[in-house]
Amino acid sequence: MTHHTTLTPPQPSTRPSGTTASAPLRGARQRSVTWAQVRAALPGALRGMDPRTLRHSPVLLVVEGGAVLTTVLAAASPSLFSWLVTLWLWATVFFATLAESIAEARGRAQASSLRATQRTTTARKVVAPRDTLASGTSLGELPAVEVASADLTVGDVVVVVAGETIPGDGDVIEGVATVDESAITGESAPVIRESGGDRCAVTGGTVVLSDRIVVRITNPPGQSFVDRMIALVEGSERQRTPNEVALNLLLTALTAVFVLAVATLQPFAVYSGARQDVIVLVALLVCLIPTTIGALLSAIGIAGMDRLVQRNVLAMSGRAVEAAGDVDVLLLDKTGTITYGNRRATDLLPVGDAGEAELAAAARLASLADDTPEGRSIVELVDHRSDAPAGELPAGSELVPFTAQTRMSGVDLPGTPGEGAVRLRKGAASAVQRWLRSTAAQPTAETLDELSRQVDSVARTGGTPLVVAQQLGDAPARVLGVVHLKDVVKDGVRERFDELRAMGIRTVMVTGDNAVTARAIAAEAGVDDVLAEATPEDKLALIRREQEGGRLVAMAGDGTNDAPALAQSDVGVAMASGTSAAKEAGNMVDLDSDPTKLIEIVEVGKQLLITRGALTTFSVANDVAKYFAILPAMFVGFFPQLGLLNVMGLHSPESAIVSAVIFNALVILALVPLALRGVRYRPSSASALLRRNLCVYGLGGLVAPFLGIKLIDLAVSLLPGL
Amino acid sequence: MSTTTTVLAAVGQLALLVTLLGAAHAPFGAYMARVYSSPRHLRGERLWYRLVRVDPDVEQHWRTYALSLLGFSLVSVLALFGLGRLQGHLPGNLGFPGLDPAGAWNSAVSFTTNTNWQWYSGEQTAGHLLQMAGFAVQNFLSAAVGMSVAIALVRGFARSGTDARIGNFWTDLTRSVVRILLPISIVATLVLVANGVVQNLDPHSAVTTLTGDTQHVVGGPVASQEAIKELGTNGGGFFNANSAHPFENPNPVTNLVEIFLLLLIPMTLPRTFGLLVGDRRQGWAILGVMATLWASAVALTTWSEVAGPGTVPQLAGAAMEGKETRFGPATSALFAASTTGTSTGAVNSMHDSFTAPGGGVALFDMLLGEVAPGGVGAGLYGMLVLAVVAVFVAGLMVGRTPEYLGKKIGRGEMTLVAFFVLTTPAIVLVGTAVSVSVAPGLLGIQEPGPHGLSEVLYAFASAGNNNGSAFAGLSTGTPYYNTMLGLAMLAGRFVPIVLVLALAGRLASQRTVPASVGTLPTHQPLFAGLVAVVAIVVVGLTFVPVLSLGPVVEALS
Repeated sequence: MTHHTTLTPPQPSTRPSGTTASAPLRGARQRSVTWAQVRAALPGALRGMDPRTLRHSPVLLVVEGGAVLTTVLAAASPSLFSWLVTLWLWATVFFATLAESIAEARGRAQASSLRATQRTTTARKVVAPRDTLASGTSLGELPAVEVASADLTVGDVVVVVAGETIPGDGDVIEGVATVDESAITGESAPVIRESGGDRCAVTGGTVVLSDRIVVRITNPPGQSFVDRMIALVEGSERQRTPNEVALNLLLTALTAVFVLAVATLQPFAVYSGARQDVIVLVALLVCLIPTTIGALLSAIGIAGMDRLVQRNVLAMSGRAVEAAGDVDVLLLDKTGTITYGNRRATDLLPVGDAGEAELAAAARLASLADDTPEGRSIVELVDHRSDAPAGELPAGSELVPFTAQTRMSGVDLPGTPGEGAVRLRKGAASAVQRWLRSTAAQPTAETLDELSRQVDSVARTGGTPLVVAQQLGDAPARVLGVVHLKDVVKDGVRERFDELRAMGIRTVMVTGDNAVTARAIAAEAGVDDVLAEATPEDKLALIRREQEGGRLVAMAGDGTNDAPALAQSDVGVAMASGTSAAKEAGNMVDLDSDPTKLIEIVEVGKQLLITRGALTTFSVANDVAKYFAILPAMFVGFFPQLGLLNVMGLHSPESAIVSAVIFNALVILALVPLALRGVRYRPSSASALLRRNLCVYGLGGLVAPFLGIKLIDLAVSLLPGL
Repeated sequence: MSTTTTVLAAVGQLALLVTLLGAAHAPFGAYMARVYSSPRHLRGERLWYRLVRVDPDVEQHWRTYALSLLGFSLVSVLALFGLGRLQGHLPGNLGFPGLDPAGAWNSAVSFTTNTNWQWYSGEQTAGHLLQMAGFAVQNFLSAAVGMSVAIALVRGFARSGTDARIGNFWTDLTRSVVRILLPISIVATLVLVANGVVQNLDPHSAVTTLTGDTQHVVGGPVASQEAIKELGTNGGGFFNANSAHPFENPNPVTNLVEIFLLLLIPMTLPRTFGLLVGDRRQGWAILGVMATLWASAVALTTWSEVAGPGTVPQLAGAAMEGKETRFGPATSALFAASTTGTSTGAVNSMHDSFTAPGGGVALFDMLLGEVAPGGVGAGLYGMLVLAVVAVFVAGLMVGRTPEYLGKKIGRGEMTLVAFFVLTTPAIVLVGTAVSVSVAPGLLGIQEPGPHGLSEVLYAFASAGNNNGSAFAGLSTGTPYYNTMLGLAMLAGRFVPIVLVLALAGRLASQRTVPASVGTLPTHQPLFAGLVAVVAIVVVGLTFVPVLSLGPVVEALS
């Protein structure tokens, strides 16, 4: 009878900083606006009032034009009313530029902490001819000179030892070291950076903790990722995104409609014998045009980028952030995103006359020198047994490394005298069977039958069967059993995918595994679709296919062979730990190198768009109340019956107009925190989102100004002369 | 009539009307969808295409489509202008002279733009030839132009990546006339004649009345004009009194038939739209918005005309001034709400004499931009543009960049939509403002004060939105008003059309984005309600200031 023991796999070690909740960027995520930020923003706000800076926002330009006009008129015939309106019109412009300036100041606050990493350091540059640098090995042994990090150029090779700061962005071309990247990622656990493969990229400003690496510089100083990040959060590189431009167009059209409505009102008023004061007309105009959203539009955009930076994601353009909100398909690498990344041994299944203890001992010995995660997991699994065999590999043991040809690894033990050497092998079923045959082994049909049954049962559940065999001396080899290697799905991913489905986003798991394995994991994780045995070409083809169907695709990747797919995808998130090619191809870089971040990026994109829509709706809905405040005030002196429209019961025509103008200005200030934080977003279907946001911002926008204007009027009516 | 009977009659005719429209909806909508998508040509059509030397199967770029349409309309204006000017020298003029230049220009533009604003009295100005070869022909053609534009826009939504090709103007125009407007008009004419509408080619005849006076009675091809006047939402009456004239609209039956005709195509095109974009629910949503706005207008107008608020109606017992006794207030209200909601402009009562809220609703209906349910074609494309505006704001609130029917609403689309939304308010507001400021404009106003402002605003709202209904009370047959209103009609018709065709081209070039649960659902009542609110708020916010000085002041008096 076959018996086996199932052990709880030890808590798998995660990738460096591979947690879903990323660490905040050096300090707390900024939730509210502080006075210090407002103070820091004041000079910028004043500079922003320059009409040349305002020309991108016709709404604000109209407000400023109106303010200039009323200033002239108030100076010509001063009155408390005209000066009050003038003052508040200027306040409206100021609050608008202040909103943008605060958003930028918050960005700068983050940038300054980043900039601390950008101190000029001394670099030890390897001096050698170009071709030696390109092809050579043992570069670390070559002579080096000390230069300032600012003087490095692309292609330079530097040596960095423990305790030193890496002088610039680059790829490790020799050696392996632990690196403290907390300056960039906020994650205190050190990460491994090594030459070759997908963990070769290092970032300037991070510190080598152990060992020594040789780094080839890939970005010129001043254009490193940190530099770009600083530029982005400071807003200096900010370009208006397509949707922002389109929305600005709608706001301009609305402004034009109201300019028209107010400009033609005077002829109507004159016809009706009710000529209006120009100051009153300007006040009406400013209250009607969508100043709220016009004032907050840039702040919303900057804050959106900022929220990404707070999550340690660096977007190369605002366009990519917007596209993130539109994503229809997420391509997720199985490894690292859906599963913990490494297959782990979970079961030992003896075959034939071998006992479980024998299999455990053999599997352990065969894996002791195997430094792959799978090998380590076998040792861990066996060591957790109560009858755990102990001991190290005997001296003279010889490691047989895994090769693509043999698809097997193992160890040759010197053996005890008389018995001869002991050879242990583990590998894919077909490979081990080939080896068995080469030793002239003739297992019984029963054993072979049992073996194939065990192998199949493991494969059917999506696991990887690893067959273990043993040869004593020159005798035919004997199969001992099967080790069940399994991908462990991360906690909580299933729930995340359910959320994504509710948002209308399809998830596709991409893996190099065969279809059976892939589907088993996909079912466990709850993804919608699987791309199994995926080559980089398959990935690219899948992205193209989805895009041809009109869908937007997002993916994360880190390897050089991911680069074409990253470039093709609409939102391509490269891991900071990945190769330079991947980072150049993507339009975002995740400094935490956490592929699950993709989901957060989509949420930030959506939140950005929702905030824009919500505040636009709020702004337009506000106009209804303003009409009820201002129109009766304008004409009640001529047509007393219009007093009926004064539903708020405002004190006097003057106080009504002043109150509407004050409300219009203050609502900008009141909404700055919301614009910076973004409106609340919970993943749900479009209809649910629409219903909720229409209720809150549509109805809210309708009702709020009635209350606000009335309250302000109560205060304003206390002023003598109004 | 007691109030109860009035209300019962009002509800009864409304129920009958809705039943008729409902019965026609699905089959007629499907028929129109086939008309515009069938690859086959009728023999007569083929002959016509060969005659005018166009290839009916070539797909036109939106620019070509627009240029064909503009060229065709220019020829129409010139032909009609010529007919009007030369009437005195042509046969069948009943002895009437040619029209003066401003008058001929106004009528030519008016009928070509589907406005049918009439500054003249038909029976005292236009002979049979001008009526039949001029006005009636344009009644068909201008309606067909509107339908073609709507279908071109629908194709823009339905197609994916077609390089801005949106159909063939000549084919759309021909089929609209031959397969839709003509057959229905013929049937409708027979129905009207059977119910007592006049149809002959008689010259004026003098009769001696009971009191011994001599009266000139005018006959003519009234029923045939009447059918297309309503079906094509044209509204230009054979007689000055329009559908209030007993020869045009003798009894409640013909009245109901006429209301049915003027609502038929505008209310059914949403079905055609739904079928052509492959999702009937989208059509229901658009119809829902149109029907809700129309029903609200009917309810409001009926209430205010039947209840008759205001001093004079209260004293007189009913708001009957300017209404025909054979129709009464409820029937007049239903007609008024339908004719102003459909950009028809036919009237069976004088809107100028309506109660202040009743007249205000008629005015608001037109200011809405003719979308409740709007003119033939124009109503659908106007409503679709409003849906795009609604999508733009609401779409953002679901966390995606806005899309409607799988088409992204980006910067280019928004520019066109913004100009579309701006055009008519600009025409109406500027036109009205100028007219109440200059002497020739002020001269036409009969009643000074708020009502005068309402009259001028009504005239420009009617012209700018291509409705054509007249408030009466404003003397508009002057060179000043003929010229200004002609300009308003021309700009109010063709600027939006060109913008809509450009939008159609952009949309047709785009690849369609498939929908998911993350996509804004545009077929649900919530969205339909949002479109209605957008329509009302956009119009409301634009026109509230001027309305508050006109109808609002009047109503609150």
